[in-house]
Amino acid sequence: MTEGVLSEAGSSVTPDSVQRHRLPHRRPGAGFGVAAVGLAIAVAFPFVISNPAITSIGIFTLLFVCAASAWNMFSGLSGYIALGNTVFFGVGAYAIAIGAEHIHLRADDSVFLLVPVAGLVAGAFALPFGWLALRTRRHTFVVITIAFFFIFQLLAYNLGGLTKGAAGMTLPVPQWDPVTYNIHFYFAALIVAVATVLGAWLIHISRFGLELRTIKDDEDRARGLGVLTERVKMQAFVISGIFTGLAGGVYAYFVGSIYPPDVFVANFDVTIAIMTFLGGLGTISGPVLGALLLEPLQQYFTLRFSANGVYLIAYGVLFLVIIRFLPAGIVPTVTKGIRAYLRGRTERGMTVLPAAAPDQPDPLPTSRP
Amino acid sequence: MRAVIDGVLTGAVYALMGAGLTLVFGVMNIINIAQGILVVLAAYMTYVLNRYLHIDLFVGLVFTIPMMFLVGVAIERLFIRRLQSQGNRTGLSILVTYAVAIILEGLLTIVFSADYLHLHAWYVDRSIPILGFYLPYIYLMGFGLAVAMLAVLYVILYRTRLGMGIRASVQSRLGAELVGIDINRTSTLAFGIGTAVTAAGGMIFGATSVFNPNSGYDLISILLVIIVLGGLGSIGGALIAGVVMLVIEDVTAVLWSPIWSSTMFFAVLVVVLIAHPTGLFGKPEARAQ
Repeated sequence: MTEGVLSEAGSSVTPDSVQRHRLPHRRPGAGFGVAAVGLAIAVAFPFVISNPAITSIGIFTLLFVCAASAWNMFSGLSGYIALGNTVFFGVGAYAIAIGAEHIHLRADDSVFLLVPVAGLVAGAFALPFGWLALRTRRHTFVVITIAFFFIFQLLAYNLGGLTKGAAGMTLPVPQWDPVTYNIHFYFAALIVAVATVLGAWLIHISRFGLELRTIKDDEDRARGLGVLTERVKMQAFVISGIFTGLAGGVYAYFVGSIYPPDVFVANFDVTIAIMTFLGGLGTISGPVLGALLLEPLQQYFTLRFSANGVYLIAYGVLFLVIIRFLPAGIVPTVTKGIRAYLRGRTERGMTVLPAAAPDQPDPLPTSRP
Repeated sequence: MRAVIDGVLTGAVYALMGAGLTLVFGVMNIINIAQGILVVLAAYMTYVLNRYLHIDLFVGLVFTIPMMFLVGVAIERLFIRRLQSQGNRTGLSILVTYAVAIILEGLLTIVFSADYLHLHAWYVDRSIPILGFYLPYIYLMGFGLAVAMLAVLYVILYRTRLGMGIRASVQSRLGAELVGIDINRTSTLAFGIGTAVTAAGGMIFGATSVFNPNSGYDLISILLVIIVLGGLGSIGGALIAGVVMLVIEDVTAVLWSPIWSSTMFFAVLVVVLIAHPTGLFGKPEARAQ
């Protein structure tokens, strides 16, 4: 694709889209190793650190890992920047709240069983939402996702019969030992986060993920090549919605009481977007990294700078700094740096790179100049 | 009926601000999320001029319009310029302008605190009976102001070289560059014009409702709906959409309930977009994301 060659200044003759396709075969060991270590740390974390304030931050961080990864699944891969994912978060939260209210469960771990339900409900909402929104492109799409956020927030306020309006809803409060209280939620959040990242990885290495990426590059051309863009977009959108809904469900149970502005938040989407951009749009570890870095920071800001103004300024400046200096995100920049370094060493005869997998027939006939 | 009149009068002001927003999009292909908070900023500026220097609200426009213009130019040069070379301009431009917006909101909160303010003048709280309705002076004057500024905008766009350059850039950025139009300068000036209109909008907004730094969100949501409905890049579309949407909102509030009028606002957008995904008068959307 000539566009790929022209736009990727600094890359070699091979368009990056083809390079990316080869990536899983380069160094599978490194990625998995890091993930395994990370998971081990995450599991051990709440047992090592018992301060509930810190484990709370951990829980929120994990939920954002989930939300950012889910967002990246659709927006990162397809290029359709959706800023309405808070809708799914909120729907998930309200779903679990309404569910817990009507199904009188004991206030303990059994409520967590409603979390997948919350996710599915959110996914169900993604169907009409996606059907409407995915008919548009680019800017219109973004605006309509924003519009949906406002609609849902207003609906949460106005459908008092269902959502109790501005009074909010409360969930059953479990009577667990205060010392280990957070641990239940922590692991719920961890499971949700791991599931989401796993889903992101599966999509990434699959043909489905490839189709999504082609939509990002040139949608009409992808259609011409046989990609069922409508279906692919919709599927990714719904999947993204389901995972976000899961996060919403866990959040609602953890926080205990939810109000419309709590779960339908304007900042939510921008936050997960900036996390993903920071880490690397379209990568698997990008949103994870972004969430791990930014969420504790966000919590710190809210705690420290309780005077609203300073918090906002700091946040905004942070955004701008990230966009200015790391527009591609940390992961791609670092990966490129490592690759360039290794390439340099190879050319000087110092390192031998592992042989790349024998060239597979490219599913996308790219025109190589 | 009264609702319709109210809608038209207030709609014109929103249309003006929306026109600025859509102009910026047309020329630079970015959505300036900060437009909402800029309106609030203008309202605060007018407040300061009014309260401390005792300058009348309308007279204050002589100061606020150039000031907002400069603010816009500054924003463009400081933040937006950098975006030109990046890919994925849609997402980045929204995030950048959002960042600028919350910085401004933070600054305003620090300087003015989160208290609600309202602009006062002899014509703000009084009405004049026309055709059997009592219409607040400020609505009529606001409408007049909006019309006047739109006329000025028209003159700029259609009677000056700058305007020609802007229109050319909207049609085809590359083409405009090729015929020798200085895109950077045109973009900056267009952005400045886009923000200058917020001066008027801010003044009217401040006079017709209470505001605080948080009011930016509601404003930008309304403006976004207006410009998308009218079609991104189309000023005429923004004008029509602005008036229509405000009328619909006011009529819904009266006929049905004020609670649902805001929801109706967005619902109308959704309905229109189903039928016509690029808005009423929008440009056909680009192919690649």
